[in-house]
Amino acid sequence: MPKGLVASTAQEAKEAFLKLNQPCMIKAQVLVAGRGKAGGIKPASSSEEAAQVTESLLSITIKGERTAKVLVEQRLASKRELYISIVVDRSSKCFTLLCSSEGGGEIEQVAATNPEKITRHKIDPLIGLQEFESRFVAKKLGYSGKQMNQLSSIIMKLNQIVLDYDAELIESNPLIETQNGDLIAADLRILLDDNSLFRHPEFLERMKTFEPDMTPLEVTAREKGLAYVELDGEVGIIGNGAGLVMATLDMILDSKGRPANFCDVGGGANEERIGSALEIVLANPRVKVLLINIMGGITRCDDVARAILDIQKKMGISKPMVIRLVGTNEEEGRNILAAAQIPSLNSMEEAAARAVGLVSQVK
Amino acid sequence: MAILVGKDTKVIVQGITGSQGSYHTQLMLEYGTKIVAGSTPGRGGTQTYGIPVFDTIREALSQFDANASIIFVPAPFARDAALEAITAGLNPVVVITEGIPVKDEIQIMEVAKLKGTTVIGPNTPGIITPGECKLGIMPAHIFKQGNVGLVSRSGTLTYEIAASLTVAGLGQSTCLGIGGDPVVGLSFVDVLEFFRMDPETEAVAMIGEIGGNAEEMAAEYIKTTNYPKPIAAYVAGRAAPPGKRMGHAGAIIMGNSGTAETKIEALRSAGVRIALKPSEIARLLKPK
Repeated sequence: MPKGLVASTAQEAKEAFLKLNQPCMIKAQVLVAGRGKAGGIKPASSSEEAAQVTESLLSITIKGERTAKVLVEQRLASKRELYISIVVDRSSKCFTLLCSSEGGGEIEQVAATNPEKITRHKIDPLIGLQEFESRFVAKKLGYSGKQMNQLSSIIMKLNQIVLDYDAELIESNPLIETQNGDLIAADLRILLDDNSLFRHPEFLERMKTFEPDMTPLEVTAREKGLAYVELDGEVGIIGNGAGLVMATLDMILDSKGRPANFCDVGGGANEERIGSALEIVLANPRVKVLLINIMGGITRCDDVARAILDIQKKMGISKPMVIRLVGTNEEEGRNILAAAQIPSLNSMEEAAARAVGLVSQVK
Repeated sequence: MAILVGKDTKVIVQGITGSQGSYHTQLMLEYGTKIVAGSTPGRGGTQTYGIPVFDTIREALSQFDANASIIFVPAPFARDAALEAITAGLNPVVVITEGIPVKDEIQIMEVAKLKGTTVIGPNTPGIITPGECKLGIMPAHIFKQGNVGLVSRSGTLTYEIAASLTVAGLGQSTCLGIGGDPVVGLSFVDVLEFFRMDPETEAVAMIGEIGGNAEEMAAEYIKTTNYPKPIAAYVAGRAAPPGKRMGHAGAIIMGNSGTAETKIEALRSAGVRIALKPSEIARLLKPK
């Protein structure tokens, strides 16, 4: 890895530059990929320039993310930029090591137009990546002798990180060959597997201190165990089951409306979960109309109807609601809602069209 | 028997004493599924709805004859449970559990491949052959015996479409969810192949969603086999933004890949009838 120091103000960046005392790159520390192309990496040749560049990076957002910190890092003169990653290969059901001698910001372009320039090596799930395999891959990238060993050792370390931290992706792009022939991982990106967090309480702790790539409502939803994604439309959506909710969003689009969110309360949703979902979805000021789509399976429609009424009383919901309720005990559920003057429908398409129609009537 | 499960399926429920496990054991028994034993480490010697509980599957198999497993154990213990079922020779193994680390799933699938075991899921509602065997958590009353095979990556959307098929008078041979995780056992291609060989399946309903390339691979398979039975497909997630997980761990668009549009286009060009709404599936499969 190159030498570097983290800075969160222009003054700190200036000091970092003076400590490193050589030409630097200033890299925005954001949780998105492709920041170089988005203008998040800039060179600095003096401490004044480091401060200036940092000032400007801290004032912009990169792909929607605010830059809170920068990394002031020694600038390396590279002869060659490589790409190395280890990723979950869904169709082969294993991890795959991907390498290319054409690394850098254009790797996605290379993958699309010259896939033969990317070497794929499947990692046996039971044996794990072995050193001889990493040497073979290093050879394929054109390295031998000391350089081959250096690269092989970097690959083995990347693999160890995947194993130790339950990563679903680790990527070094670029991994550079310097003018004097050293191989250095100049950049590293790691995606952890959310499902493995129970094995890593330390990350759960750190996540609380992070500025996440999430809206405040998305953070609240995660804490309550709801799958919630904020979008930029006007129709708030709640449903049970990821596929059903995705389909509901699609229906809104087809009715020429725009969904405000994705919110899945999951199977066996109880009053508490539906309540949390309503609170979160309605807290989004963009929401003008609410669409609830429940396919009762194990979940009983009469329970859902009662939950909605209870919550409506408690929260005093004033925004118009469209409810689609079908499945187990749907008649009882509809009767309960009808008695409270809340109309419910049995077709998803109709419900979506009705919700979109109501948007224009709301001021 | 339609595919994979039927009258002769004898089941061990792993995690039978948990709240999900015991609740669904009751519902599966009511449906007529032949559950012979259950397992929960530390609870051996007890009973759940009259079903004997064992600490280990080996002990259960020393007293009872079983050929399938359904797993309800929590995610941190699911890898161990699945490997126990696979190495004991149970087949198929249905993994209902949601939230299993992908590293664990990769190991489960590799061992299953070596042992020749069919794994359904994880993160699946399970599998049902209407009138014969329900190995899952789906509401039983929306299914009806018939000749449409249904394969899906989603739970409630499966119920949605199965119910509409039933209402339209189209019963089902077997319905199963392949699971919403990035790494799952059976793929669309595997299930389409089972349906192709099954004399009771005359048409197929396929429900896909964004993320990965399972639908694209299915399209390729349908083309190369010149698939002999009509297929109608619905793909959810046209309104999903890239880079966000939509509820399922596997439902995420990475860069430009895994979008609903590319999946729909691939399936359409393979001759699959495309439904733009879930309710259209039944109409597309209705014999003229």
